[in-house]
Amino acid sequence: MTGNAIGIRKRERKRLLVGLCFISPWLIGLILFQLYPILSSFYYSMTNFNLFQPPEWVGFGNYAEMVRDEKVWLSLYNTLFMAVFGLFPHLAFALAIALLLNKNVRGQSVYRTIYFLPTLVPTVAATLLWMWLLNAQYGLINELLGRIGLPQPVWLLDPLWTKPSLIMMGFWGTGTTTIMYLAALQEVPKLYYEAAEIDGANAWHKFRHITLPAISPMTLFHVIMGLIGALQLFTQGYVFTEGNGQAMGGPENSLLFFAIYLYQTAFSFLKMGYASAMAWLLFLLVFLLTVVVFKTSARWVYYGGER
Amino acid sequence: MAGTRAERPKPFAHAMLVLIGVLFLMPFVWLLITSLKTDEEIFVVPVRWWPSELQWTNYVEAIQAIPFFLYTFNTVWIAALCVAGVAAIAPLVAYGFARIDFKGRNLLFLIMMSTLMLPFQVTMIPIYVSFNKVNLVDSYWPIVLSSWFGTGMAYYIFLMRQFFMGIPYELTESAKIDGASEFRIFAGIMLPLSKPAILTVGLFTFLGAWGDFQGPLIYLNDPDKWTLSIGLKQYIRENTVAWGQLMAASTLFTLPIVVLYFFVQKKFIEGISITGMK
Repeated sequence: MTGNAIGIRKRERKRLLVGLCFISPWLIGLILFQLYPILSSFYYSMTNFNLFQPPEWVGFGNYAEMVRDEKVWLSLYNTLFMAVFGLFPHLAFALAIALLLNKNVRGQSVYRTIYFLPTLVPTVAATLLWMWLLNAQYGLINELLGRIGLPQPVWLLDPLWTKPSLIMMGFWGTGTTTIMYLAALQEVPKLYYEAAEIDGANAWHKFRHITLPAISPMTLFHVIMGLIGALQLFTQGYVFTEGNGQAMGGPENSLLFFAIYLYQTAFSFLKMGYASAMAWLLFLLVFLLTVVVFKTSARWVYYGGER
Repeated sequence: MAGTRAERPKPFAHAMLVLIGVLFLMPFVWLLITSLKTDEEIFVVPVRWWPSELQWTNYVEAIQAIPFFLYTFNTVWIAALCVAGVAAIAPLVAYGFARIDFKGRNLLFLIMMSTLMLPFQVTMIPIYVSFNKVNLVDSYWPIVLSSWFGTGMAYYIFLMRQFFMGIPYELTESAKIDGASEFRIFAGIMLPLSKPAILTVGLFTFLGAWGDFQGPLIYLNDPDKWTLSIGLKQYIRENTVAWGQLMAASTLFTLPIVVLYFFVQKKFIEGISITGMK
């Protein structure tokens, strides 16, 4: 009996050892590239630190300064604007295309390739291309708008239009979301639709009561990953302004996103302590938003087998 | 799904798909057209659709205006290192999480998944400071090591784990009874089965590394070490942008991955569905 118990424990210990060996690369990463940086980032956020002199303790001074820093609030506003008005229209658009593709149309694979292609273009190249498309005077978009008699905004030079420009460019890159939605749609059991048809459901009913709930786990995934991504938006805003020869942040700082201001604070102004405090504010925001989305998701996300 | 119902023509769906498809292809067409125009034709109102003469010289000039081949080589080199590491590490760790039932595994997995919420900016400064201390800033190591061990890895490990979870236990059970070690089962049975999943993860890593902007921006000061992402800004000068050259260079920057994608497309879509990325 005891011998058996020892044997079981020995086997358990061996399994633990083998398991840890397999995941050791990740464990090393966790310690060196996550835990240690998190702790030191928190320490730095309590200091003034310019990289060359040792950090100087200031307690919550950076956090207090952040509250008074108008650019922090402005960049937060810009970032949240993109998170809301960028993410949700993009999801709706990707879902709409996925629904069309799911209609079993002929040539589906050709369409799928076309919609996916833009996501392959490196962000910098895509952003530069869109800068050219959006060029107020010589750009293709204003040319087309002019032909059909619509107003021609100066896009990247007008603080009102800079963020919509970025959102518009974002539609071009929704291919991955579309393909993932399409895969989710194809998993919805045909049985549900047939049953609903017998009950006299129309297309809208079927979409509202079968399709949407069935793909809601995928929507939850996209909402969470999309919010986290939107809060860290950097390259597009950075390139849009640099390419226009403007100061970082664009016209009236309308493209000064939180991640851009943070980068500028850390690497242009060399205020590593202040930037660390900003990073912690971002962390808090990501955490809170994720928790809120998860908490509310119980009401609108359905997993197979439930209901 | 196909063939369960009689094929009906779907004019509305097709019309919408074609319309959106044309809009999606338009920027590519414009990229190519601009790259083949002279400066005079680029700056003409109203827009000229087709260049009077195809200006291949833009490509020649684009390559000569900046150290284009050097940047391409740098980009390929970084991407290759990133892919090699991720393709080696992700399956190994994923197998540990998927198939070895050890104490604390679920807790560690939960920790790994929650690191996906960790913004890059939080770890960016301390990691930069650390690499600065060991004099590795201005080398490729910070970028490569961050891709092997950084937060992004969690996503690839998760995808591979999903895949391994779906492989029937019958396939590995008999090897286990014969006394094969976990590593032998991993290397001999699981790895050969997981080629499409590794390919998917590898392609994602490649795309990420090829187009990465923030990493090289932070770590690479020496222009000789720049990648294409960073190098493109050299076409943007004090008061003007060399649009023809910039569009030519952007085409050359994008072309390899589009070609690569066409070669692996079928396997890639397959990989997306089997890794549970759906």
